Amino acid sequence: MIKALETAPILMADDDDGDRLLTYRALEKNQVPNLLVTVMNGEELLDYLRRTGKFAGLPAPKPCMVLLDLNMPRMDGREALRVIKADPGLRNIPVVVLSTSRAPEDVEGSYDAGANSYIIKPATFDGLVQMIGSLKEYWLEMVELPPNNGTSLRA
Amino acid sequence: MDPKKEVPPILMAEDDADDRLITRKALEQNRVANPLITVGDGEELLDYLHRRGKYAPPAPAPTPCIILLDLNMPKMDGREALKLIKLDPELRKIPVVILTTSKAEEDILRTYNTGANSYITKPVTFPGLLDVIRSLKSYWLEIVDLPGKKD
Repeated sequence: MIKALETAPILMADDDDGDRLLTYRALEKNQVPNLLVTVMNGEELLDYLRRTGKFAGLPAPKPCMVLLDLNMPRMDGREALRVIKADPGLRNIPVVVLSTSRAPEDVEGSYDAGANSYIIKPATFDGLVQMIGSLKEYWLEMVELPPNNGTSLRA
Repeated sequence: MDPKKEVPPILMAEDDADDRLITRKALEQNRVANPLITVGDGEELLDYLHRRGKYAPPAPAPTPCIILLDLNMPKMDGREALKLIKLDPELRKIPVVILTTSKAEEDILRTYNTGANSYITKPVTFPGLLDVIRSLKSYWLEIVDLPGKKD
């Protein structure tokens, strides 16, 4: 099971090019074996997870976890989180909200909507590397992730 | 002011007295500042959270920052307690980490579906438990933003 999970991608929804690139580098620096797949907004995130729209007929392997920004165009992270956690086929995927917002209504609201955890985006690259290190150690090495039912290697 | 009031407790539901004791030791060894409060089954966990029974006011029952939940317990098991917590609009925000010996895929999938925030299998050795508590501390208490923080 662990081996299959290592190959399951981490799916990140973030509209900021810089943030996606820095996260990619921080994952590399922490030698995270999982691929990073990125989408730009909530609509694309749901298209990926449901293999609809531009992901129709594409491999789109089930992610081991979703890193979700809150403020994005088209469909924001709050709405995407609600849709994912209301969908019996998707709700078991861990969703970690990764946002610059410290607003209590965003933190509480995300937990209330079923976010598995909420992390405030570090302001520096060093902070990001450390955060990704802790994320890796916790989610990819300590926690039992939901079984992938064989979808992880589908190509 | 009571310094204990500034640090919300970690609430652990676990029927095994040895497991409760070694978890307390592992938290101490990792210098976790949050006090550990333990309950013996799901019924007592819900009593604590709803401040009923022996936890009714004026008994102190501060809201926990996180719940460590065993699955197999007498009276009300962890699966049922998790369901009730995650259906309750007042309680569902509190992160619940399943800490169990069960590695059954069904338990893992079902508890994530019910809203568990994460699932960890109990290590069989004390050094293993120290590792789990260290990782729990560095993730939930240092990296993550928990609900109800006033900053």
